[in-house]
Amino acid sequence: MEVISFVALAAGLIIGLGAVGACIGIGIMGGKYLESAGRQPELMGELQTKMFLLAGLIDAAFIIGTGIALWFATANPFLAQIANLPK
Amino acid sequence: MAAEGQTSHAPTAGEYIVHHLQHLQSGKQSSVVDFSVVNIDSVFYSILLGVIGCWLLWLAARKATSGVPGRFQAAVEMLVEMVDSQAKGIVHNAHSRKLVAPLALTVFVWIFMMNAMDLLPVDLLPHLWHVTQPIHGAPNYMRVVPTADLSITMGLSVSVLLICLYYNVKIKGLGGWVHELFSAPFGDKWFLYPVNFLMQIIEFVAKTVSHGMRLFGNMYAGELIFMLIALMGGAFALSFTGIALAIGHVIAGAVWAIFHILIITLQAFVFMMLTLVYVGQAHDAH
Repeated sequence: MEVISFVALAAGLIIGLGAVGACIGIGIMGGKYLESAGRQPELMGELQTKMFLLAGLIDAAFIIGTGIALWFATANPFLAQIANLPK
Repeated sequence: MAAEGQTSHAPTAGEYIVHHLQHLQSGKQSSVVDFSVVNIDSVFYSILLGVIGCWLLWLAARKATSGVPGRFQAAVEMLVEMVDSQAKGIVHNAHSRKLVAPLALTVFVWIFMMNAMDLLPVDLLPHLWHVTQPIHGAPNYMRVVPTADLSITMGLSVSVLLICLYYNVKIKGLGGWVHELFSAPFGDKWFLYPVNFLMQIIEFVAKTVSHGMRLFGNMYAGELIFMLIALMGGAFALSFTGIALAIGHVIAGAVWAIFHILIITLQAFVFMMLTLVYVGQAHDAH
């Protein structure tokens, strides 16, 4: 029972903290992109490609964390380990 | 629920997920890294999609006209031009670009198509496999997204690493490259050689692992969320208020699928760009 509740908390923390980081990152980058596009509109196309590339990079850690957290939440691997422990 | 395997009772949510995360394998996997086992489903779908992608590009090239292009030709031309301009900006060696630019195009198209398997209904092909099981008699497992398999994505990133090593040797010469390995980040002093070498090795390993893991993580998480959405729809018959779950399934599935169109394109693009960047780094002399 303890394990289930701890894993539930851990899944929430993994997704929540990851989302905080990724959102701050994307927000700062998007803001800077808009700023620089306002200053030099002729660079917009070039910067857009780079922004999307970086968005993919920033998002990756968060998405990987979400995947792992959902995996823990639905198919908890630690329960099997506990079942295999010698009594 | 569709591919519930040999279990006679209806599977629980956890069992459904675990079942869908099991590859169709040529043998029993005994450890986390087991090179004697082949994930047949991933290999089959990746080769099939690779052949289809190459065939589509070949078709466009064969029917290309210098006059007004049709829609298909225009789309392929835009794609080729996009990759070509990216390659020109990153790899400043016209001779290497003859190999690297088509490589990047192939990688982009191939990974995009493999990622796009995520957009098929999550139980469609596994269910067909389940229904036809009396004919083929194979184990009742099927995963249709090859890039949600770590073996495939790490295979791709290791191939990119090999190409980088090849260009390192080709551009700098074997001696020059070894010299760079020992003198690159901090300087050409004998007492810095071990630190430099360690840094270079860490860089190569980190580049390759993060390259493969990024694509895998995105596709794996996406696939898992599609499964959870399918579970939500699957639970609608269990309760009185279940009709709300069925409606929620349709809405959540549609929203996630639309968002996923962005993700699959973005990840294919990121993988292609990083391939170009890594090969471009192999051309830079320190």
